[in-house]
Amino acid sequence: MVQLTDTQLDRYSRHIILQEVGPEGQEKLMNARVLVIGAGGLGSPIALYLAAAGVGCIGIVDADVVEISNLQRQVIHFSSDMQRPKVESAAEKMRAINPDIEVNTYKIYLNASNIQEIISGYDFVLDGTDNFATKFLINDACVMAGLPFSHGGILRFDGQTMTVLPGHSSCYRCSFRQPPPPDAVPSCSQAGVLGAIAGMLGTIQAAEALKFITGAGTLLTDTLLTFDAKNMHFRRVSLKKRSDCPLCGENPTLHELEEGDRATCDLSA
Amino acid sequence: MEIRLNGESRFIDKVTNLSVAGLLEMEQVASPEMVAVQLNGEIVDRGTYQNTMIVDRNEVDFLYFMAGG
Ligand SMILES: [Zn+2]
Repeated sequence: MVQLTDTQLDRYSRHIILQEVGPEGQEKLMNARVLVIGAGGLGSPIALYLAAAGVGCIGIVDADVVEISNLQRQVIHFSSDMQRPKVESAAEKMRAINPDIEVNTYKIYLNASNIQEIISGYDFVLDGTDNFATKFLINDACVMAGLPFSHGGILRFDGQTMTVLPGHSSCYRCSFRQPPPPDAVPSCSQAGVLGAIAGMLGTIQAAEALKFITGAGTLLTDTLLTFDAKNMHFRRVSLKKRSDCPLCGENPTLHELEEGDRATCDLSA
Repeated sequence: MEIRLNGESRFIDKVTNLSVAGLLEMEQVASPEMVAVQLNGEIVDRGTYQNTMIVDRNEVDFLYFMAGG
């Protein structure tokens, strides 16, 4: 275990004072390894809050460079970061917020052949990706590896998230089954998204990661939390682990990872 | 009849034999492919939307696919 220094006792005092976290919980955070997939709208607040919280090792995955249209919502990147790899720009801010942490960067697109290696060794994964192919890939790889993760998705004024504890709670495929046909997906770059929505959902996902690591509270398992920020209406939909889920059900039909069409919903385009 | 749709009470008159497909149409869901339908806690198989009937007191949730991040 990490022994908290005086500086750390100060830095994390607002965590330590929480009964549900305490010095033990903070030490758990400092020993934790968390992977953030996507350094975009969701990944930005997730990475900032995990870094500030002192999560000991944070991996961040993104193949893209910062573009001007990202800056309306991807708050970890600044105007001066344009054309820099997003993982580099993000890592710099995370280290500036908290020099105690270790940041691993992966400037790659995840696919069926590299995801398992990248997620292994992490304790929790957060999905901040912008396309169905990768969302399903993350679900499948995490369920197969028994690795807990947070699903997140945003569109226009809406957001949704659920936390998956493989083997114990409902997975993304239990309810959503398979990616929608690419031609049905409304062109997401034209659909748009209200910038602050990314912060609303990303911080919920970050809170789930911190809760998972510290054991505080109750996770968003078997529950899809959705919100419509236009009317600021939040709703929890109860889901359950389905015996007929193609991935985690009783007679699974998916035994290996599928390679999907990634370019179905790119908000950054 | 009265159903709960997305957590809210909804009275439906003048319609007999309302199927899942009919409800999606009635609710003007533009792309049914972008919605998973949960009926009384169970996911309705896409191939059965026409034949799956919604009756009084049913609970229906439209779970929208959201890919943005
Ligand atoms: Zn499942």
